[in-house]
Amino acid sequence: MAIEVRIPTILRNLTDGAKSVEGKGSSLDELISDLDSRHPGLRDRLVDDKGGLRKFVNVYLNDEDVRFLGGLEAKVSDGDTVTVLPAVAGGRR
Amino acid sequence: MRFDSLLDSLGRTPLVGLPRLSPSPEVRLWAKLEDRNPTGSVKDRPALWMVDKAEKEGLLTPGCTILEPTSGNTGISLAMVARLRGYNMVCVMPENTSAERRQLLEMWGAKIIFSPAAGGSNEAVRVAKRLAAEHPDWVMLYQYGNEANALAHYETTGPEILEDLPTVTHFVAGLGTTGTLMGVGRYLREHVPDVKIVAAEPRYGELVYGLRNLDEGFVPELYDESVLTTRFSVGARDALHCTRQLLEQEGIFAGVSTGGALHAALAMARKAVKAGERADIVFIVADGGWKYLSTGAYEGTLEEAEARLEGQLWA
Repeated sequence: MAIEVRIPTILRNLTDGAKSVEGKGSSLDELISDLDSRHPGLRDRLVDDKGGLRKFVNVYLNDEDVRFLGGLEAKVSDGDTVTVLPAVAGGRR
Repeated sequence: MRFDSLLDSLGRTPLVGLPRLSPSPEVRLWAKLEDRNPTGSVKDRPALWMVDKAEKEGLLTPGCTILEPTSGNTGISLAMVARLRGYNMVCVMPENTSAERRQLLEMWGAKIIFSPAAGGSNEAVRVAKRLAAEHPDWVMLYQYGNEANALAHYETTGPEILEDLPTVTHFVAGLGTTGTLMGVGRYLREHVPDVKIVAAEPRYGELVYGLRNLDEGFVPELYDESVLTTRFSVGARDALHCTRQLLEQEGIFAGVSTGGALHAALAMARKAVKAGERADIVFIVADGGWKYLSTGAYEGTLEEAEARLEGQLWA
């Protein structure tokens, strides 16, 4: 089993149009790096220069906002579902 | 129970256990039935508190006109209070709203001004703010920024939950104006060590009736993230699935936003089971399903219901 990652429309150019891709890792950070090895550029769209999640990207682990779960340090495991969504500019926080 | 008037009967709603949906005797789910309020929704509490506050401050005097941007429940509650207290009521509402809501508002005597569907609740807020500027004599209570909204829950909903269930460990509610979560959350944090306050918001881009989404570029002034333990994003399908589970397993007929709260409550329940911890998880049933029958949310398969909810953004 792997971790399913749902990709929003605006990032599907990096996944050959796939709505969801699979990856592995024990943390969100590792998972994103794993995905980036097959879908180059994905990490750059999700993670900023300082190594945190980009401001206008929302990432959910089993529907829970990862910002409340330790951000990139959030623990992930097989069978989890990660959902990436763009946040509208000027939005939250 | 006897009350001097309808408004006096507000609150003190039942807290009912969910023996079939609860995963174990140690991890229990409880539904706070806010549809048992005078107009059938949780919004009766903030509506009465906001009107009382405006009266105390001298903003509202007999014959005044109350103005409020609302996609339904708050408007219905305010229209009822306004009728009983002798005020006129003007609601600004997105034009793609269910027929039930429009009819209810008109029955309680409210005047409806429609705002363009495209902008959703944000557009209704913008239109209401413009109308407020054009009519300085109208009083906009503004549920998104009115402290009395959260205070109603701090003074009533929160204490009721703690009194009925002193062992409460989690509180879960939908995230709209944020008033319920802020008010109940603050009260429980002051009285229950390590209580978890959990928000359920609709998933961006999916069209869930009755839920409002903070990610549309508008954060209510009442929102204070530090009150929350965590926040869930719930898609239409999961919200509908849980709404049906609640009816099929426990007999409770709730609106679709309640399904979103239940989805988050069940996720917290699974975590507690996994961690081997006991939990008493309270979630809010914001309203009954009656106002949403015409949306088709309760007919046919889940897939059909999900398809019908698309495009029906603003309740």
